[in-house]
Amino acid sequence: MLRNRFAVRVARSPQCCQSFSRNILAVAICSFVIFIWLRPVLAYAQDEPATVTPPKTIIAPPSNLTATDAPDDAGTAIDLKWAPSADDDPARKPRVVRGYQVYRSLADGSDRSAIARLASGAREFTDNHCQRGQSYFFEVTALGDGNSESEPARLEQPVRSVVQWFDTKRRWFGVIVLVVCGCVIVFTEIVKSGRGTYIRPIAGLKAIQEALGRATEMGRPCLFVPGLRDMNEISTVAGINVLSHVARIAADYDATIEVPTSRSLVMTAAREAVQAAYLAAGRSDAFNDDRITYVTEEQFAYVAYLTGYMVREQPAACFYMGTFFAESLILAETGNSIGAIQIAGTNEAAQLPFFVAACDYTLIGEELFAASAYLSGEPHQLGSLKGQDAGKVLACLLLVAGCVLATLATLFPESKEVEEALGYLTESILGRRGT
Amino acid sequence: MKTTIPWLLACITGCVMIGATFVPALAEWKNEAGSWFELLAALAFVLGGANLCAQHLKKISSRKAGWGYSAVTLVSFLVTLFVGLFKVGVIADDPTHPWSGHHQAEGSALWWLFEFAYQPLIGAMFALLAFYVASAAFRAFRAKNTEATLLLAAAFIVLLGRTYAGTWLTSAVPDDYSALTFPGLTAIILGVFNTAGQRAIMIGIALGVAATSLKVLLGVDRSYLGSEGD
Repeated sequence: MLRNRFAVRVARSPQCCQSFSRNILAVAICSFVIFIWLRPVLAYAQDEPATVTPPKTIIAPPSNLTATDAPDDAGTAIDLKWAPSADDDPARKPRVVRGYQVYRSLADGSDRSAIARLASGAREFTDNHCQRGQSYFFEVTALGDGNSESEPARLEQPVRSVVQWFDTKRRWFGVIVLVVCGCVIVFTEIVKSGRGTYIRPIAGLKAIQEALGRATEMGRPCLFVPGLRDMNEISTVAGINVLSHVARIAADYDATIEVPTSRSLVMTAAREAVQAAYLAAGRSDAFNDDRITYVTEEQFAYVAYLTGYMVREQPAACFYMGTFFAESLILAETGNSIGAIQIAGTNEAAQLPFFVAACDYTLIGEELFAASAYLSGEPHQLGSLKGQDAGKVLACLLLVAGCVLATLATLFPESKEVEEALGYLTESILGRRGT
Repeated sequence: MKTTIPWLLACITGCVMIGATFVPALAEWKNEAGSWFELLAALAFVLGGANLCAQHLKKISSRKAGWGYSAVTLVSFLVTLFVGLFKVGVIADDPTHPWSGHHQAEGSALWWLFEFAYQPLIGAMFALLAFYVASAAFRAFRAKNTEATLLLAAAFIVLLGRTYAGTWLTSAVPDDYSALTFPGLTAIILGVFNTAGQRAIMIGIALGVAATSLKVLLGVDRSYLGSEGD
């Protein structure tokens, strides 16, 4: 029996050997394929530590951080200054410091948050979003590649924003305003006390009566355009003041006056002013509020209405008093084409040439604002014109001083005194710091 | 009372605005005053719309000359108001909120009206300016007297100085005398004479604004407020 079994095993042995060698071969092939497939992965895995965790660059922190309450503000700003990081060198390539991060926290250290990210080279920052009276700590860190940060530069003591009660940068502006307004008040009082005053004739204002008289004779209406702006513009208020005087004369002459407006508030004010003028003239029955209408706030739609009205109704006189822009020439030329007497006044210096070219009379610059006083003839209003003249004298003196100093600065370029005086005049008294 | 209370309001608001220029602590009050004005203007806009409708309806009902224009104005006003308020043609940003799209979203009826009706009409009006500039220039530059002749000469130089022809015509002038070329003269006219004149006018305007503001604040001139009585 044993022999038989042995005989069978021996008889099977060649087959067994073949199967074994096939299995070995299959395992070897699979191992080779797996090795080939995994090789890049293994290589990446070997390289990975070198790329993912580079040797960390230690960035030098900024230093000497100081924080002070911003001057001349409403207590909402704090100025920060610091010395940049020693690694913040523009010549160094690649740049180590990519920028700075500013952190703010409350005095107890809570509520810490990043409030600004600044470019490299920054040395100062103003935090304009502080709460009045609140104390803050600030920190500034230098930023490197991959959002790496340096140690922060910290304040030793918290800083608090404080409200200032006077903007010292505007002290000269305040002085000029006080002088001009003081002159207006003083001259108003002088003229009210009965002393006569000479006001030079303004041709455009003298022509108002002539224009209204012509309209009455021709039986045609007058058109008054109070500009494009709302009642918050002083030029519109000046225009409405002129309207009240024009309406008074129109009421006396029994002329018709049309006032299409581009703002609802202007319409309301114009109605009040015209109604008061008719009342003062004893012609309240002749007042018709349908003649003072709201058209549209859209610039060229308003122009389309006005030019259409001019062409259809052929007004004998057109008055443009207020703020005008590109539409000034379209209106004035249309009025010219229908042969109307045209009187214009605007505070927009760029539109004055168009009015001068196309209108019969133009109130230039301050004449629009003087018109109401001029037309009323009231002493207390005429005094304000004298006050304006005093302001002009002051402006002339400053201009002369500026011209003299600028000339001296050119002739004596080495003179520090002249340069400083000129700088003070242009920067502090007249310049940006003074406005 | 009818003029005193409005004057008091104007005076107080004006004083706050002046104060805010010099006192930083009042800056918030200035913003508040601005917000109140915006509110008033928005309410007045309703008044203006009502006035517009009333005027044109009156014109149509009485068949006044040009009542057809009033009809077109009213129809345009109401159609624009309707498509804007009800967001006609606006695709909702969020399907669960059918009103969520912007009323001026591209493709909406209001956008269409703005792009294909309003803009071309406004453009046409603005384009008229080119013709009016030509006609006004023709009239202004007639040499009727000495001043007009000077104006004509200055305009001639500036026009030439701004074109290639001006540069070409005076190209033979040596560089040391470049101020005598048309572009050089143009620069002098614009930079010296024009700037000086403009600044003088602006100083006058600034003083006029200050004086008029003061008259309004002090109540010296209340013409714009109407009369005391009804």
